[in-house]
Amino acid sequence: MSEPIWDWTSAGEAAGPILDAASLTLLAGLLSFGLALVLGLIWAVGKRARFGIVRVVTTSVTEFIRRTPPLIQLYVAFFLLPEVGVVLAPLATGVLTLGLHFSTYIAEVYRGGIESVGRGQWDAGASLGLTRTRTLFSVILPQALPPIVPALGNYLIIMFKETPLLSAIAVLEMLERAKIIGSYSFRYTEPITEVGLIFLALSLVSAAGIRYLEHRLWRGRRTAPSGKRISSGE
Amino acid sequence: MGEILPALLAGTFQTVVISVLASTLALVFAFFAALARISAWRTSRILSAIYIEFFRGTSLIVQLFWLFFVLPQFGVSLAPLTVAVLGIALNYGAYGAEVIRGAILGVPSGQREAAEAIGLSKGQTMLLVVLPQAAIIAIPSWGNLLIQLIKATSITSLITISELTFRAYQLNQLTFRTGQIFGVVLVIYYLLSSLVVFGTRSLERWAKRGQLGETT
Repeated sequence: MSEPIWDWTSAGEAAGPILDAASLTLLAGLLSFGLALVLGLIWAVGKRARFGIVRVVTTSVTEFIRRTPPLIQLYVAFFLLPEVGVVLAPLATGVLTLGLHFSTYIAEVYRGGIESVGRGQWDAGASLGLTRTRTLFSVILPQALPPIVPALGNYLIIMFKETPLLSAIAVLEMLERAKIIGSYSFRYTEPITEVGLIFLALSLVSAAGIRYLEHRLWRGRRTAPSGKRISSGE
Repeated sequence: MGEILPALLAGTFQTVVISVLASTLALVFAFFAALARISAWRTSRILSAIYIEFFRGTSLIVQLFWLFFVLPQFGVSLAPLTVAVLGIALNYGAYGAEVIRGAILGVPSGQREAAEAIGLSKGQTMLLVVLPQAAIIAIPSWGNLLIQLIKATSITSLITISELTFRAYQLNQLTFRTGQIFGVVLVIYYLLSSLVVFGTRSLERWAKRGQLGETT
């Protein structure tokens, strides 16, 4: 045990490749978040569908995805998709799986937002002769989305932190890079600590960003509650 | 099917053991961190905040690798199972601390004042008045955390714990019966999580028995 606990030379050597891999972490996080936003909306609408069968199917599928580990889902996508002839790069497989998994959580966020819009808005849309779909997109969602922006932002942070899971299917993100560096330099302490610190910095900064966003949204709502906006001539 | 099932069941047993140990320990961590977070003593508030932010700010998988690879550097060699249980408990303890803190603050302040008015000490107020009511508030969120925790045990397969996911991965390398193996595994995890959902709902109903008013 003559080796130092922390070796600055190895720390310096590991930092470059890991910061390189950070761009892949960002990419994977953003892409899967984008996918989750789209799929989540589809689930949320499906859960409110007029046909009972659509509601039952959507609810059971999303519950099944929510109650099983994303790591297993990654393996299923990674090993099973090629068997049925779908060959994707590991990154694409990872983005699809993480996006699908978290879309089931984001669906609940959308649902909360949609339900917070008064029923009268649906009636108003109907009385103007809009279809239900048109009402949803032109009347309901523009009101439902702003209040849930902070909650969605939280999921973006959560999803960034889940990207190291992709190392299990050999996506070269930060943790995978750290493991590789450790396996040839025999020093895991520095690379893995650096990965941890980068994630910590990332989530502290983005959490502060979301608090700021929340603060602004809240202020906006306090000064412009439903009725007053019309009287102030906006 | 006959050849893969015994291995998967052995893995399931290991998964359940890790889940039970880790969630018990996580409850202890969460409880003390929550009390420290709302304590009157500044230092304990800061220490608790650091613990919570640190473990919530980095993901479980990074923490597990860190404990697994880096602790031995400090001369601390723990068995992989201990690392797994400790890592999960520290991580979920941090999330749980926020749940418990929210629940304690969610008990109406009139309850504390009433306790003070009938001459209970601070400790008695916490133990006999605030915590029993906070527990009811915390149950649903705690149930959600428990489901997350069970799913998270699958990550311990990456540090060589032979739980369900590890066994499935191994079997898959040996037999290539991917669809069958992972199909069964998905169903097992689904059943475990559903068991927790059922348990949480029953517990919630039981805890709320005799409460006036709210029947949500």
